Amino acid sequence: MTATTVGPPQAQGGPTGITGSVHSWDLSTGVDGPGTRFVVFTAGCPLRCVYCHNPDTWQGRNGRRMSAADVLAEASRYTKFIGAAGGGLTVSGGEPLLQPAFTRAVLAGAKDLGLHTALDTSGYLGARADDELLDATDLVLLDIKSFDRAIARRVTGGSIAPTLAFAGRLAARHQLVWVRFVLVPGWTDDSANVAGLATFVASLGNVERVDVLPFHRLGAAKYAALGLDYRCAEVTPPTAGQLDRVRAEFTAAGLHTV
Amino acid sequence: MSTTTMATRTETGGIAAGPWQGFTPGRWADRIDVRGFIQANVTPYADDAAFLAGPTERTSALWSRLTAMFPDEQARGIYDADTHTPASITSHAPGYIDREHELIVGLQTDAPLRRAIMPNGGLRMVENGLAAYGYTLDPAVSEIFTRYRKTHNDGVFDAYPADVLAARRSHVITGLPDAYGRGRIIGDYRRVPLYGVDRLIAAKQAEKAALDAHPSTADIIRDREELAEQIRALGELTEMAASYGYDVTRPAATAREAIQWLYLAYLAAVKEQNGAAMSLGRTSTFLDIYLDRDLRAGRLTEQEAQELIDDFVIKLRIVRFLRTPEYDQLFSGDPTWVTESIGGIGRDGRPLVTRTSFRYLQTLYNLGPAPEPNLTVLWSPALPEGFKRFCAQVSVDTSSIQYESDDLLRARWGDDTAIACCVSAMEVGKQMQFFGARVNLAKTLLYAINGGRDENSGDQVGPSLPPLTGDVLDYDQVVARFDTMMDWLAKTYVDALNVIHYMHDKYAYERLEMALHDHDVLRTMACGIAGLSVTADSLAAIKYATVRPVRDDTGLVTDYRTDGEFPVYGNDDDRADDIAVGLVRTFMEKIRQHETYRNALHTQSVLTITSNVVYGKHTGNTPDGRRAGEPFAPGANPMNGRDQHGLVAAALSVAKLPYSHAEDGISLTETITPAALGRTPEERAGNLVGVLDGYVACGGFHMNVNVLDRATLLDAMDHPERYPQLTIRVSGYAVNFVRLTREQQLDVVSRTFHGSVLT
Repeated sequence: MTATTVGPPQAQGGPTGITGSVHSWDLSTGVDGPGTRFVVFTAGCPLRCVYCHNPDTWQGRNGRRMSAADVLAEASRYTKFIGAAGGGLTVSGGEPLLQPAFTRAVLAGAKDLGLHTALDTSGYLGARADDELLDATDLVLLDIKSFDRAIARRVTGGSIAPTLAFAGRLAARHQLVWVRFVLVPGWTDDSANVAGLATFVASLGNVERVDVLPFHRLGAAKYAALGLDYRCAEVTPPTAGQLDRVRAEFTAAGLHTV
Repeated sequence: MSTTTMATRTETGGIAAGPWQGFTPGRWADRIDVRGFIQANVTPYADDAAFLAGPTERTSALWSRLTAMFPDEQARGIYDADTHTPASITSHAPGYIDREHELIVGLQTDAPLRRAIMPNGGLRMVENGLAAYGYTLDPAVSEIFTRYRKTHNDGVFDAYPADVLAARRSHVITGLPDAYGRGRIIGDYRRVPLYGVDRLIAAKQAEKAALDAHPSTADIIRDREELAEQIRALGELTEMAASYGYDVTRPAATAREAIQWLYLAYLAAVKEQNGAAMSLGRTSTFLDIYLDRDLRAGRLTEQEAQELIDDFVIKLRIVRFLRTPEYDQLFSGDPTWVTESIGGIGRDGRPLVTRTSFRYLQTLYNLGPAPEPNLTVLWSPALPEGFKRFCAQVSVDTSSIQYESDDLLRARWGDDTAIACCVSAMEVGKQMQFFGARVNLAKTLLYAINGGRDENSGDQVGPSLPPLTGDVLDYDQVVARFDTMMDWLAKTYVDALNVIHYMHDKYAYERLEMALHDHDVLRTMACGIAGLSVTADSLAAIKYATVRPVRDDTGLVTDYRTDGEFPVYGNDDDRADDIAVGLVRTFMEKIRQHETYRNALHTQSVLTITSNVVYGKHTGNTPDGRRAGEPFAPGANPMNGRDQHGLVAAALSVAKLPYSHAEDGISLTETITPAALGRTPEERAGNLVGVLDGYVACGGFHMNVNVLDRATLLDAMDHPERYPQLTIRVSGYAVNFVRLTREQQLDVVSRTFHGSVLT
């Protein structure tokens, strides 16, 4: 038995007729941007972060084809609730910018519904976000995995340069950003790495807050189910002291850090 | 006191002298009208919690004296009992915790935590209740209540028809208040401080005299006798108060007196009635008028005002009743439902939030979290932001508050409505209910499939219909049979309730509580259903998947093989939710077809309290895949773990249930991990405010909010001594988690915790 929740099929055509590969959607509070939000998780990601707790969103082919209109029809069921509660719509993933046209259509459609919009991205494919997409985005949740290039390569399998370039572009656009940094002991907690990132983020000028997120092992079961090797099996989540130290580093750089 | 004195006004329009000095007069001065008094005198408070004071040393010391007694009470089940004295308002000498250091006085018996016996409801409850904890009832009391005095329990069983007995035995109807006090009646305890007992007696005498003009029919005779009892009870209240050194015949003149008078009135009720829920009403804003008057006159500081409230709340926390282990199974954790309704909005749009609304909530910090009094916030998006944030903060910190939609309550029952028990609304002093427990809807569905035979015993309990045949259950056929079975259930159920309440009025009448009501009172017949989500999911399985019944050699269906996917209630999926909505409406319509005792207005609740465990225990396998004996979801909750789209989607499913067909309340209990509400305390409070605003805006009625990690509960199961005050909302009330039975604890732990799995 499963709890299925499929919105009514929509006519194709127009920007909202664009389809995307969607892993799932959910309503969350306080974790995917401000307030209570309708969150679309797109399927497919170019990175393979070692600590990723959603490996089930890596493969685009594992998603369900949905048109932007389908997604928006689903989201529109919650505009009354979200309007009273405060919040909006977030496109997360996977990596939403792997499907930029779809992501742009969802964000633009959400604006039309009167919803606050957020884009949750690693920035790795930031170049694929055109200005129109970013204009439809009220807040970018930018997950910077690491500042140090070698660490980034080790942790994500990719380069950090596109992310840092995207951060610069967002700063130049004066686009509101929340930076997210996952603290993984033994992987991302190198003090030079943290200090470098703090200095960089502070220099941008458009970052409203920094979320230092503790690594957790809740994704371990998914790796087992998918038959994937979980390289963080031996990693212990950071202690409160470790978190405080890293948060203090960002705070010292003049950033609002939580 | 004469009203002429009252009517003398000062230049500013306030009353010039006497206990009402400074109050704005109005019609409330000439008649019993507490709401009018509040409306004329309330000072709404729109700011934040910064003004609040912490506990004084005296408060902390007094509370420590009691908390030191709690481990003993918990270990033995009860701390002590008086096995000799059937309780009444005046049965016991005054009792104190620490006489020199108490600001508000009065105990149910002559010592704290010493439980009284109240045999009027039923002698068996008393005997078994005592025996369970190693006490023996005084034989003289047994003799009186068997040879000379009949109890409510005896009366009910003299008059129950056979159908009711069978339905009761099979647990398709369960938890009926036929062996214990029905409760859920809220005396308007505010009347005592505002008017004084003499004035209240005069009003009751006038009501009684007005009946002399009517011919002495059965109804009128009963009314006259009840009014006589009410007047007698008010006299006993005066006598009991005098034993503590207070003269409650006159109105209270100070805030301290107002709290003391109000408490003594409530105390008189809980000295005499062991009702399932003995709720307090809506007192904080009423008392604020007195506290505010003393504060402005410089007679009181904020610290002293808080101290009075803390002391009052200490008393409310130690209300105790003697109950049996069977009762505890239904209503786990020794609840008393001293429910206090806080906040809300007036009909004129002014918030009824005052500083004292904050002070009540502050007790959860000053004394630590606790299940009682059952603090209930009447929520509206229109409440002042400062108050909303403080409520949410207290919820995040203590998990001790429940919320009910003030928008729904106000529109239906007015702006002086309070909650009795968990979700039962009543206009204070003008409305009461006949508490009706609940019927097991899931079992009824199984009866429909089995032609009225019980799936566990095989006995014929419901009407004998040809059982459904065929390899696959056909939705339309099942629905038609279910409809017939619900007809029988509704008839049998209302029959049972009529008997119960006839006898309760006759043998265990709530004299004092009803003395604090108008004579012309609205009565509701509060029916209820359990197993809504399991029934809705089972019907969805039959409709959308393939359900094959498994029969034993007698042809009885004892299990189901369900293949294929089907939508489930709790994901904001109309396919399943519409079934749940239909069930609520259909059963209510069936209830309405039956005449009620005293022409009570038919209502129903979707609430189980903790009886969802017991109901599940007595119900066989269900077509949704739930195994025999497994608990139902509490109240209107989706089945555990099936609400897969988070708290908001689950809440929106529940919000679809129509309040107009469940006017006794719809209960939703949610558990959210702190991380799922936000990353900082401020963010969590702000986001919880948003969730409550959204839920109420979408028509949601009630939400119990727990902000907890599962790990905390598991640790508390292993190390109860570390968590003496860990409080958790279960279903319309809160309990000390460590006082739940292990079975109940496991049920709570297995419930859906809304966390953040993705992102």
